Amino acid sequence: MTQFALVIDLNVCVGCHACVTSCKEWNTSGWAGPLADQNPYDGSPTGTFFNRVQTFEVGKFPQTETVHFPKSCLHCEEPPCVPVCPTGASYKRPDNGVVLVDYDKCIGCKYCSWACPYGARELDELQQVMKKCTLCIDRITDAKLSDRDRKPSCVLACPASARLFGDVHDPHSAVSIAIRERGGYQLMPEWGTQPSNHYLPRRKTVLHIDPDELTRIDNPLRKEDLTDYTGEETLDDVAW
Amino acid sequence: MQDPVAHSDSQIGRVEVKETTCYMCACRCGIRVHLRDGEVRYIDGNPNHPLNKGVICAKGSSGIMKQYSPGRITQPLRRKAGAERGTSEFEVISWEEAFGMLTERLAKLRAEDPKKFALFTGRDQMQALTGMFAKQFGTPNYAAHGGFCSVNMAAGLIYTIGGSFWEFGGPDLERAKLFVMIGTAEDHHSNPLKIDIAAFKRRGGRFISVNPIRTGYSAIADEWIPIKPGTDGALLLAITNEIIKLGLYDRDFLVQYTNSAELVIDDPERDNHGLFYRAEMHIEEGCFDPQNKLWWDRELNIAISTHTPGVEPRLMGSYTLDDGTPVKPAFQLLKERVEQYTPEWAAPITGIPAETIRRLAHEMGVTARDQKIELPIPWTDCWDNEHSSVTGNPVAFHAMRGMAAHSNGFQTIRALGVLMTVLGTIDRPGGFRHKAPYPRPIPPCPKPPHGPEAVQPNTPLDGMPLGWPAKPEDLFVNGDGEAVRIDKAFSWEYPLSVHGLMHNVITNAWRGDPYPIDTLLLFMANMAWNSSMNTSEVRKMLVDKQPNGEYKIPFLVVCDTFASETVAFADLVLPDTSYLERHDALSMLDRPISEYDGPVDAVRIPILPPKGECKPFQEVLVELGSRLKLPAFTNADGSRKYRDYPDLIVNYETSPGSGIGFLAGWRGKSGDKVLKGEPNPRQWEMYAQNGCVFHHELPRSYQYMRNWNKGYLHWARAHGMVRYAEPITLHLYSEVLQKFRLAAQGKWPGRQPPERLRQRVETYFDPLPFFYDPLETQVTDPRRYPLNALTQRPMAMYHSWDSQNAWLRQIHSHNYLFINPSVGLTNGFGDGDWIWVESPHGRVRCMCRFSEAVEPGTVWTWNAIGKAAGAWGLGANADEARKGFLLNHVISEELPPCDAGEHLSNSDPITGQAAWFDVRVRVYKAAEGEEHITSPQFASMPRLPGQDKPRGKWQAYMAGIFGKKS
Repeated sequence: MTQFALVIDLNVCVGCHACVTSCKEWNTSGWAGPLADQNPYDGSPTGTFFNRVQTFEVGKFPQTETVHFPKSCLHCEEPPCVPVCPTGASYKRPDNGVVLVDYDKCIGCKYCSWACPYGARELDELQQVMKKCTLCIDRITDAKLSDRDRKPSCVLACPASARLFGDVHDPHSAVSIAIRERGGYQLMPEWGTQPSNHYLPRRKTVLHIDPDELTRIDNPLRKEDLTDYTGEETLDDVAW
Repeated sequence: MQDPVAHSDSQIGRVEVKETTCYMCACRCGIRVHLRDGEVRYIDGNPNHPLNKGVICAKGSSGIMKQYSPGRITQPLRRKAGAERGTSEFEVISWEEAFGMLTERLAKLRAEDPKKFALFTGRDQMQALTGMFAKQFGTPNYAAHGGFCSVNMAAGLIYTIGGSFWEFGGPDLERAKLFVMIGTAEDHHSNPLKIDIAAFKRRGGRFISVNPIRTGYSAIADEWIPIKPGTDGALLLAITNEIIKLGLYDRDFLVQYTNSAELVIDDPERDNHGLFYRAEMHIEEGCFDPQNKLWWDRELNIAISTHTPGVEPRLMGSYTLDDGTPVKPAFQLLKERVEQYTPEWAAPITGIPAETIRRLAHEMGVTARDQKIELPIPWTDCWDNEHSSVTGNPVAFHAMRGMAAHSNGFQTIRALGVLMTVLGTIDRPGGFRHKAPYPRPIPPCPKPPHGPEAVQPNTPLDGMPLGWPAKPEDLFVNGDGEAVRIDKAFSWEYPLSVHGLMHNVITNAWRGDPYPIDTLLLFMANMAWNSSMNTSEVRKMLVDKQPNGEYKIPFLVVCDTFASETVAFADLVLPDTSYLERHDALSMLDRPISEYDGPVDAVRIPILPPKGECKPFQEVLVELGSRLKLPAFTNADGSRKYRDYPDLIVNYETSPGSGIGFLAGWRGKSGDKVLKGEPNPRQWEMYAQNGCVFHHELPRSYQYMRNWNKGYLHWARAHGMVRYAEPITLHLYSEVLQKFRLAAQGKWPGRQPPERLRQRVETYFDPLPFFYDPLETQVTDPRRYPLNALTQRPMAMYHSWDSQNAWLRQIHSHNYLFINPSVGLTNGFGDGDWIWVESPHGRVRCMCRFSEAVEPGTVWTWNAIGKAAGAWGLGANADEARKGFLLNHVISEELPPCDAGEHLSNSDPITGQAAWFDVRVRVYKAAEGEEHITSPQFASMPRLPGQDKPRGKWQAYMAGIFGKKS
């Protein structure tokens, strides 16, 4: 079975929010839209987003890491949000593993958001139905789009190419290779949800310089090996 | 719900896809705008665009919310008769009335004294047009926002290597192995840099960030080196010291391509001390950098012409010429200069341990030397030496405002340019690479006018409004050596202020110093808010009156797309269009979007009709220019020359028959010429058919070493990009600066500074980079104001442009002062507390946030998130006004009075770059019972006539039905 998923490379994510708003603009006018905004031009503006970037700090100054962490529905293989849904509105597609919500069936009871250990679900306060990332289901299954464009909006937008999209069940896919070779990991695997989305960790490149490398034979200072004799006394004048 | 698999966007409504160029920031990515029933459904990156290659940023994707924002103004407005300025009491007028008013007023000023009209613009990217308009009008009082943005970066590098970062050059991360980013630089060249940094890291490149704060790109750096603000110069000079001491410099590069080996007269008693010794020999006429200087031959131990074939010169030592003149190679002077700047000296200044500074120097030097790149690209240098390959030393740098916005920024950036040069990285693979039309001569040829006589009634300005002084005679001063421009640019106060000093225009005009003006036209510049230093006082100046009841700045015209804070102060408001509603040319005459491999320019074409009565500012200028009968807009018979802006763009030539116009692509009658050629009537169509972008890829042999690449320079000259096909020798040693210093010392035969400025010019016009404390630091008590206050630039919000944007404001609706927890602890407050930030100039109240990602001597906030109540179409309770704040209130636009002047700008003494990041502050807890809103607060700006009704509590955007519903 195909399982579409995102693999997010924290090694290159700069927290620019491109994925956040490209998601919003695609989906608000798409199959899963609209994505309502509350107080859009006044105090405490808030709204429905399928994808958010959380930024946090790790460590004490000066050993501080600033981590930008994009988060959306992880499209679990064992999604806890599905069995708790009393109306069958939450479901996992058998053909590609995407977890979706049918708004027509949703009664806004929020059981699914309590069940989701990742906080990935958002109640649309205007429509009072639960909404969340669809992996741009209306892009990735739209045969009228070109191969290049048949991807989630966030993936196409990401300037750092920090978001990979593909089938994590296909061992030859770019996402499977990235997970395998670059230490891809799941969030909170202990919950048994088997999230399909994975994250790639930070990697550090360091440069080791051997002291010998600082004193090479072709040092250009050797071309400036000059001293001046301006008539001052030397041993040549006083010793024998 | 319908099965999503059966859903296709292409079948909903009437679908159109149009290409244009983004303007959600100054990056200028190619975009595809998808429309549904004429409404914007989706904006994505154009995959075929050379700049963004299909990606798009948070701002670009939110263009929809800019287009449909209720903050838009839609009608020309006039301040009501009797209404006080600043109270937003306007009445709607027609464009005909607006043009009538303007034409009458400006025609009178032009006939009497053109400099009474001042035109200052923001981040508009249409300076080719606005500058041309000012010159044609005859006023010198014109500039754009560069002076308060990053002119130190532009000038510091252009006066050193003949190019600079961002539009004119950048780090070649495709081939670099080590990348060092210094200071905040997230907002300039945003998407390309993100693309490149990510790819660079994936290839295993090492990325070091030097910044007081770890945000943005610094987050993914392999190493973060916190530094105290304003001390970058000390770090760079100490690194240079270590590199020279260990011999880690690229000797061959320095000898061939820089002035390092050229002999400088070294006798402080002589009037020509510090100038290059120039031998008598034949000089090509019109040459900007005559090759009549000398090297000291290692073999023969004599002086000899530079670049004499087979000669290897000394870089060090001191010598005496046959005529008795004592001389030293420029590099020797640099070596002597940096000897004092040891890592141990720099450590307490920068807060960076000496061993870290040494290691940085070693990493740079060893990477440059041992990881050399050889590309099999043959090329010929200006001395006719054939090279079979191009060499690269793969160490790349990037910096923008973090380094620039200090009053020691010019010399600091000179230090960076010198370090990049010493490492041998200029226009080579993996280092710094130029972008057309750069490299240009050092400095570039255009000059400002030279005296008050350049301004004459009913006559275009004699000279360029902005230019590149190379010697004291190029300054724009009167007989007393004082300023002619309202912003005092190109005066002895800021001799190399190549982008003007917009940040002092209002204060100077208010004070009438050097003279009062009549009309100030502001375009896209929020001078009553985030674009001014000392915002609270500037707002008072805008409404201050003479004893006779007239405003001190009599007539203020504001052109803007949105109801910004500045609009409230206008006497006449001109509603501009959005970027999706107009034609635009991102021109080679201004700041194009060239790539390393060749020139690129771009256009915008209208996707949507203008909202209401909105009119592009470009059309306003063409209309005004025509009505005023400015020569460039008028035929010989007095009739109007250009129908409209698109007509001007296609048919304008810089001079009759020059073949150079606004757009470089598809020139010539049939569109087959590049850069230079006759006007092409179908040029717009051809741009539209090609994604609105023109990209001319140079042959590979012209893509590197362009300062000295004979083939490239001749190609550039043939295509009208440079006047000379001469080598552009790098100015490790700046003779240009020394000429100004000699004038200050009374040793220059020509112009000399007024007495009060002699010492200032002598001090700062040092031909070699040096470190000094920022000017404000020098006059501030560090015990009372122990902290530096900075702003960083959020990637999701370019400057102040998008508070009216419903989506982007949810990411940054308000800002905090970020401080190291130890600062909170010392001052007795906790995370999230309301605090005061106080400088010698004022104070603001705000909320604080503890952060381990900031060095303890620095506090910072996101730039320009705070807004005045009611502005930008926001409700009076918007977070931007209640919880957001502007640091500008505590930053002064002037320095305290001193011997050098009563009202010197708080700017770099060389370039006039606004020293935003010099401000020193202290922080303390707000008292119990104080209101939990930011301070200062201002009376709420009312909704303007023509502005959309407030949107209410909910907005659910769905393209195709949104506009129809509301």
